[in-house]
Amino acid sequence: MAPHAVELDEHLFRHESGRMVAALTRIFGVHNLALAEDVVQDAFCRALEVWKFRGIPENPSAWLMATAKHRAIDVLRRERTARTFAPELGRLIESEWTLAPTVHELFGAHALQDDELRMMFSCCHPRLAEPTQIALILHILCGFSVNEVAAAFLSSNAATEKRITRAKKVLASSKKLFELSATDFSTRLSAVQRALYLLFNEGYHGASAQTAVRVELCGEALRLAGLLRRHPLASTPATLAIGALMCLHAARLPGRVDASGELHTLFEQDRSSWDKELIAEGQRLLDLSATGSELTEYHLEAAIASLHAGARSAEETDWERIVSLYDTLMAIRPSPVVALNRAIAIAQCHGPLRGLEAIRAIDGLDRLVAYPFYPATLGELELRRNEPELARGHFSRALALARSPMERRFIARRISACGE
Amino acid sequence: MSDFLFLYRGGDSSGSPEEMQQNMQKWVAWMKELGDSGHLKAIGNPLEPGGKVVKGKQKTVTDGPYAEAKDLVGGYTMVEAKDLAEAAELSKGCPIFDKDGFVEVRPIMQINM
Repeated sequence: MAPHAVELDEHLFRHESGRMVAALTRIFGVHNLALAEDVVQDAFCRALEVWKFRGIPENPSAWLMATAKHRAIDVLRRERTARTFAPELGRLIESEWTLAPTVHELFGAHALQDDELRMMFSCCHPRLAEPTQIALILHILCGFSVNEVAAAFLSSNAATEKRITRAKKVLASSKKLFELSATDFSTRLSAVQRALYLLFNEGYHGASAQTAVRVELCGEALRLAGLLRRHPLASTPATLAIGALMCLHAARLPGRVDASGELHTLFEQDRSSWDKELIAEGQRLLDLSATGSELTEYHLEAAIASLHAGARSAEETDWERIVSLYDTLMAIRPSPVVALNRAIAIAQCHGPLRGLEAIRAIDGLDRLVAYPFYPATLGELELRRNEPELARGHFSRALALARSPMERRFIARRISACGE
Repeated sequence: MSDFLFLYRGGDSSGSPEEMQQNMQKWVAWMKELGDSGHLKAIGNPLEPGGKVVKGKQKTVTDGPYAEAKDLVGGYTMVEAKDLAEAAELSKGCPIFDKDGFVEVRPIMQINM
């Protein structure tokens, strides 16, 4: 081993960006978020210039943190008369005696972890819509630039810019980061859980054509869910269940989209490509989540994912149990997509005709009209009961709705399966 | 073999954290390549962006570097190459070109006493 490992964590800058912005925001106050972002940008510029010539330091994170810390002290010293900083620091930054030690303490490992979490909670402000919360989390905590957030959600740069700018204003309306001891902690925790769940879904089922982007979104959601889990207050059964479902789903990513970028359904996936370590971790978290009296949608989704992950093939899957889990899920958190998945499970148990009936009975079917996997599922079931012409019609509608070349190729393959 | 100085001029180093990390890693890889191929004489240093300019018989001191930002020298490296053509060829691997910067390749004068 060389004394200086040049291998960097692939996304080190992005992750350190989130940690540094959170810590600096706590020191400067949320209203000075832009200042915190400037200091972080400076720290990266400095790292870029120095590391070019001196190589990557042994502890790159510590190097970046120390640089940000020194810049923070400079800024506080220079601007403490012109600006107001975090009210919780008060006089501590006014005196030279206490300024540096205070900042050092705020950059301690424990404080950093708390700050990141508090920033996550702050981003899930009730005045922000869920998609905006996710965009903000990606931007602030995951270090995605506005353009990178826009690319991940297939939206325009201008619209994303507007959305994030507005969101930052809402964030800055309170000077302090969200307090973990606040009375509305558990309400906010639910919002955070939901946002991380949606972030993961965006990666897993989202429209982005680039596999790399999708894997990254899932990876970020997993990382942030881990952060949530490591905090004693936030590590509730629902948090554990979210961790479980993310691991169990992420384990199947390599099978879902293969090396050549082709999408495969659960039925045709190469199960040997599933990540066994992630499955084991998912199972462990699922076991841990089975405490308390609250059964959440996350528990149910994790339990379904666990049945899939543990089955040797689609045929050997306990579909009866999956149907009953979907029944419960429909009772707790009904949605047309959940109902569609339930219908697929019913078709596995009782044949395609029963599956089609279940689909026809879905409440709010109109909400699925733009979802390519709705007609694709109809096509699949028609094909299974030997109605290739009907199937072809459904698949053609699905093709028109496909959101990416990957989805289009997938559906085109299903059309050719309908024969001449 | 002769010595040459690479002067790195301009180049926009800002970007998203991801872009900056990738840029930095390209530089580290390029420097390593120069070293591995035996062309690196001295890795050199980055330069701070600010400075003073002292000028004229009056020795007037003014703030800031003389050049415009896009031409500013951001650092230097000393390389060893057969001739100027080879040195210029070596500079082509520099990641600064991705960021609208340029490399000035200057032979270090050989003094044969």
